[in-house]
Amino acid sequence: MSTASPDHKDVDAHTGTATTGHEWDGIRELNTPLPKWWLNIFYACIVWAVGYWIVYPAIPLATSFTKGVIGYSSRGEVTQELADLQSARAPMVKALAGASFADIEKDPKLLTFARAQGKAAFGDNCAPCHGAGGGGSKAFPNLVDDDWLWGAGSLEDIQQTLTHGIRSADPEARAGNMPAFGDGVLKPVEISLVSDYVRSLSSLPVDKAVDLKAGEKVFAENCAACHGDNGKGNNELGAPNLTDQIWLYGSDKVTIAEGITKGRGGIMPNWGGRLDAGTIKALAVYVRTLGGGR
Amino acid sequence: MSLWNKHAIFEKNSIVLLIGVLIVISIGGLVEILPLFYLKSTIEKVEGIRPYTPLELAGRNIYVREGCYNCHSQMIRALRDEVERYGHYSLAAESMYDHPFQWGSKRNGPDIARVGGKYSDDWQRRHLANPRAVVSGSIMPGYPFLAKTPLDADKIDQDMKVLAIEGVPYTDEMIAKAAIDLKAQATDDDANAADLIKRYPKANARAFGEQKGVITEADALIAYLQSLGTAVDFKIYDDKANMR
Repeated sequence: MSTASPDHKDVDAHTGTATTGHEWDGIRELNTPLPKWWLNIFYACIVWAVGYWIVYPAIPLATSFTKGVIGYSSRGEVTQELADLQSARAPMVKALAGASFADIEKDPKLLTFARAQGKAAFGDNCAPCHGAGGGGSKAFPNLVDDDWLWGAGSLEDIQQTLTHGIRSADPEARAGNMPAFGDGVLKPVEISLVSDYVRSLSSLPVDKAVDLKAGEKVFAENCAACHGDNGKGNNELGAPNLTDQIWLYGSDKVTIAEGITKGRGGIMPNWGGRLDAGTIKALAVYVRTLGGGR
Repeated sequence: MSLWNKHAIFEKNSIVLLIGVLIVISIGGLVEILPLFYLKSTIEKVEGIRPYTPLELAGRNIYVREGCYNCHSQMIRALRDEVERYGHYSLAAESMYDHPFQWGSKRNGPDIARVGGKYSDDWQRRHLANPRAVVSGSIMPGYPFLAKTPLDADKIDQDMKVLAIEGVPYTDEMIAKAAIDLKAQATDDDANAADLIKRYPKANARAFGEQKGVITEADALIAYLQSLGTAVDFKIYDDKANMR
C-alpha cells in the first residue's frame, strides 16, 4: 500500500513511506497516500454526478433550468403513481359505487375491499374524534353501537353525513342544534327540574325530594318538540334519544344542566371536499359494519 | 501525482485554505440558492393565496412560540403515501407569506399542512387542552393554559408592518384595521365580519372559543389551524402547469 513518493526524498525507514518533510522536535509526519480503492470510488462519484446533471433536472439557466434527458419530475412521478393506483382500484371502486348495501353484504370480495379502504380512511381522518376503534369520546359519538343521532344508520344516511357534515359550512349539512335555554328562556330552577326529569327518563337515580311532575311540564313545553313527548328523540333533527343509557356528553346532572343552559352543537366536518366519492362510500360501509343500523 | 500535490498549498497556509473554502461555498450558494430567487417556476402561480388575517397571524405567533414546529411539519411531500394520507402535496406558493416558513423537519406528530377544516373547533379545543381526552395514544403535551390566557395582540399591526417590509402584501388599510378585523373574526356574527372577508377572502369568522367576550390564545391558534391548507382549490388547480 505504501509506496515512496518521488516528490520527497525523505523516506521513513520503518514503513518505507515518504514523509511530508516537516519535522517537529525530531518527529516526522508520514505522507501516506490515500488507498487506491477509496480514490477510485471518489473519482467514480464525480463522474456519476456529471451523469446526474445530464439525466436529471439540474442546472439553473437564465429563466428556466435544464430538464434532464429522461424528463423526470418528482411531481410528475407522484401524479403517475396516483393515477396507477386509481386505475388499479378502478374495477372495485366502480363495482362499489353502483352497489347497494345489501349487494355489498352479499359479495364478500366487495365487502372486504370496502372495509379495507374504509378502515384506512377512518384511521387517517375519523379516528382523531371518533377513536381508533370508533368508540368515540365525550362530545364525539360512538359509532360501534346501533344508536344513530342522525338518520337510521342506513348506508345512504351515513354517506349523507360524511359528505355534507353536521352543522358544517356545507349548505346541505345536517342542521339543527340544541338551543341555549339559559339565555332567558328557562330559569335556573326550571333547568334543574328538567335535568332531573331527563335523568328519570332513563331510570337514573334522582333525589326523591325533586318534583318530577314540574320537570315533566317544563320538558313538554320546551323539549318535546325535538326530543319527542316520550323523550325518545328524533333522528331527523339530530335530537338524541333521552331514554337510553347512551350519553354523548355525560349523564350526570351537572352535564345535562350545562347542555340545557348553554346549548349543544358539535360539528362534524363535511368530507365531500376532502375525500372522493369512492372513499366516502367505502367509509360509509365500514362505519355501517361497525355498529349496524336499525 | 503532481497535479494532486498542488493542494499542498491549501494544507500549508490556513488563509489560503479559508479563501478556498469560501470560494467553493460561494459557488455552491450561487448555483443552488440564487436561482430560486429569480426563476419564475420556484413559486407556482395559483389563485386564492392571501396573507394571514390578524387573528390567524396572532395564532401563528403562538404556534411558533410554543414550538409546535418541533413535532409537526407543514409540508406534504410529493410522495404517494403522503398525498394519500394528507391530501395534495404542498405548493411553494402556499407558504409564500410565511416568514419564516413552518415546513419543519420532524414528525413526532402528523403533518398539519392541510389540517384546516379537518376537525371541528370543539375538537381542536379539547385536543389542545388535553390531547389524550380525544386521542388515547397521543404523546402530544397538553396546552390547557392557552384557553385561559387572553390573547395579547395589541401590537399585531406592528407584526403586519414588518411582514409588509418582507414582501407580504398587507395594505395600509389592512394594517390600520388590524384590531377591528381581529375582533370581528373571533366573534359570532360581528358587524365587521363582512369587511374582514372582503379583505381576507374565505376567512373563518366565528367564536372559536367558549368564553363570550374574551379572545384567548387558544382561539387565535385554532383560527390559524383552521386556515391551514385551505387557500388553494385543488379542484381547479392545474397540476400539469407546475411539474418539476
